[in-house]
Amino acid sequence: MVEASHKLYVKKAVPASAWRACLQVLRRDLLLSLRRRSEFSNPLFFYVIVVSLFPLAISPAPKTLQMIAPGVIWVAALLATLLALEHLFRSDYDDGSLEQLVLSPHPLAALVFAKVVAHWLVTGLPLLLLTPMLAMFLHLSAQQTSILLLTLFLGTPTLSLLGAVGAALTVGLRNRGLLLALLILPLYIPVLIFAVASVVNAGVGVVVTGQLAVLGALCVLALCLTPVTTAAALKVTLT
Amino acid sequence: MWTFIHKLGSPKHCYRIAGYFIPYLGTISIVCFIYGLVGGLILAPADYQQGDGFRIIYVHVPSAFLSLSVYMVMALSATVSLIWRIKMADVITKVSAPLGATFTFLALVTGSLWGKPMWGTYWVWDARLTSELILLFLYVGYMALESALEDRHMAARASNILVLVGVVNIPIIHYSVVWWNTLHQGASISLLNKPTIAPSMLYPLLAMLVAFMAFFFAVMLMRARCEILLREQKSNWVKELVQTT
Amino acid sequence: MNGQNNINTEVAPLLNAQNLLCERGERVLFANLSLSLYAHQALHVRGVNGSGKTSLLRILCGLLPAVEGEIYWCGRDVRHCQHEYRAQLAYVGHKSGIKAELTAQENLRTAQMLLAHAPACSPTDALDRLGLANVINLPCGLLSAGQQQRVALARLLVSGARVWILDEPFTALDQNIVALVSALIVEHVQAGGAVMLTSHQVVALPGIELNYFTLN
Repeated sequence: MVEASHKLYVKKAVPASAWRACLQVLRRDLLLSLRRRSEFSNPLFFYVIVVSLFPLAISPAPKTLQMIAPGVIWVAALLATLLALEHLFRSDYDDGSLEQLVLSPHPLAALVFAKVVAHWLVTGLPLLLLTPMLAMFLHLSAQQTSILLLTLFLGTPTLSLLGAVGAALTVGLRNRGLLLALLILPLYIPVLIFAVASVVNAGVGVVVTGQLAVLGALCVLALCLTPVTTAAALKVTLT
Repeated sequence: MWTFIHKLGSPKHCYRIAGYFIPYLGTISIVCFIYGLVGGLILAPADYQQGDGFRIIYVHVPSAFLSLSVYMVMALSATVSLIWRIKMADVITKVSAPLGATFTFLALVTGSLWGKPMWGTYWVWDARLTSELILLFLYVGYMALESALEDRHMAARASNILVLVGVVNIPIIHYSVVWWNTLHQGASISLLNKPTIAPSMLYPLLAMLVAFMAFFFAVMLMRARCEILLREQKSNWVKELVQTT
Repeated sequence: MNGQNNINTEVAPLLNAQNLLCERGERVLFANLSLSLYAHQALHVRGVNGSGKTSLLRILCGLLPAVEGEIYWCGRDVRHCQHEYRAQLAYVGHKSGIKAELTAQENLRTAQMLLAHAPACSPTDALDRLGLANVINLPCGLLSAGQQQRVALARLLVSGARVWILDEPFTALDQNIVALVSALIVEHVQAGGAVMLTSHQVVALPGIELNYFTLN
């Protein structure tokens, strides 16, 4: 009776609305990063600067650079991702948007996944686009560069997804950046190993489909497990 | 049986039961230590390849074994805590971490000490040592997160999630490190690559293993008792306990 | 904790909390706390600073886990009907949940999309009712604290939620806007909704009875 008299409470189920909510979160996050560009461009500059330090620190000899290039680029990408991840939930936590996200009737894991996708689109993807230039700096062959891009394409989503768990666990803390690195870097080791190995192997003409398959498998595993874990972590740390 | 499990959830009974087990575990540990040390360091013959250097396995192997087992104990209690919300499981996870880190550190140190005569250097990027090193990083991460979060309930639940993330990653990390190792160097002589081991060497090793385990559980329970007292300091039974002693 | 619910108690409560225990750090904020929120009821949670008002509201929302105790939505444990409960719950807390870089309208559109059902009123109408029609396309970072608070409150109208949980909703609002928001609360309660709020100001809700719940 009460319900019937109250015109506000007409509840109309909209099918696939969780999907629409995710798209809206994705859209909102992309719009936000468009309006505060520095937050997302800084890690990219960091990436370029770190990589250009190595020729200065070690040697500008093309042979040496070629040898260290896969490792250097990957470690720099790892660190840049880590830096960018600090911002994944930060502003949402500070202004309370995260609370509203958690209180939404939609599954938090799906919303969180949308946020990670948005984050990868503005950090991981530009990183990928900058890489050919850096590969040229370090005298990588075209063939190695293409494999490097492939590993980054398969690997950086895993880094973002895994990092999201760490970002969620440290969201309310003051010195979260350093702690995030402590928690997450050890977990990045498998991706690093397989990615660098496939670029190195490609350089000596070994078939690398196996390593790439492992990277793909890690990515799929992260896709399946991390959104739920991140959501659980957020529910804990938001208190 | 059920009442026993139910009692385990209560801090007071946990405290009492832990106190009951500690002397037994301590005794087992001491007896096994004596047998293992005497048998391993004095009675066992020197290895025909490695000489007396091999004797470090009596410390290295048990600590390497425990470094991983303690993480499994933590993962188990973290799961119990997250699913059934048993607070005592949080205590176990928390107090086990520094012990596990210590065992890992001990395994690393003994491993590299053994490396000096064998490989001519204190450190090589051997697959097993590298895995141990990464395991140490995981422990450090857990302890850092646990201590950074101020609210005790939040700290426990957040670090439980981290332990579970770690436990899923450990096999992946381990196999990728092994694979990486075979890629960069041929199989090197490793501490455990012996096809057979003489009984006179094996039994002291097993005794040391038991000793280390009993030692871990005894110390873990002692630390758990301290932690329980700290957490329950405002409850009546702790106040009574403090007054009577 | 003194009595409340002199309202018609034969109707089942919308929201019912049993034996809540809340600890922050090592301190127990409240223990054995039980309370009910009925349709057509406005409940003002009072208490000195640090008595756990905010914690209580956050526990009821499900943002903070209670150390002990249960919460029931329409007689069912909220853990078993989270989707239904959250669809009928709107929370405005200390943190506004408003993005400074987005306009008021964009902010509300996000809020609208996070609902699981059709919105009760459009973002534009909601902002209009709170007297924000002229700033609808400004980034919220440019708005005053009071205006931002009003954007946050406009979310309540968009959500069409049955239960409003408001933590200090009148913060930074002018006197006439306080009256406006109070009128919205009255309208909501009269239409069968329920409101639980904290406020350090005197709350005047003309036309309905305000119940009190005091934390000590």
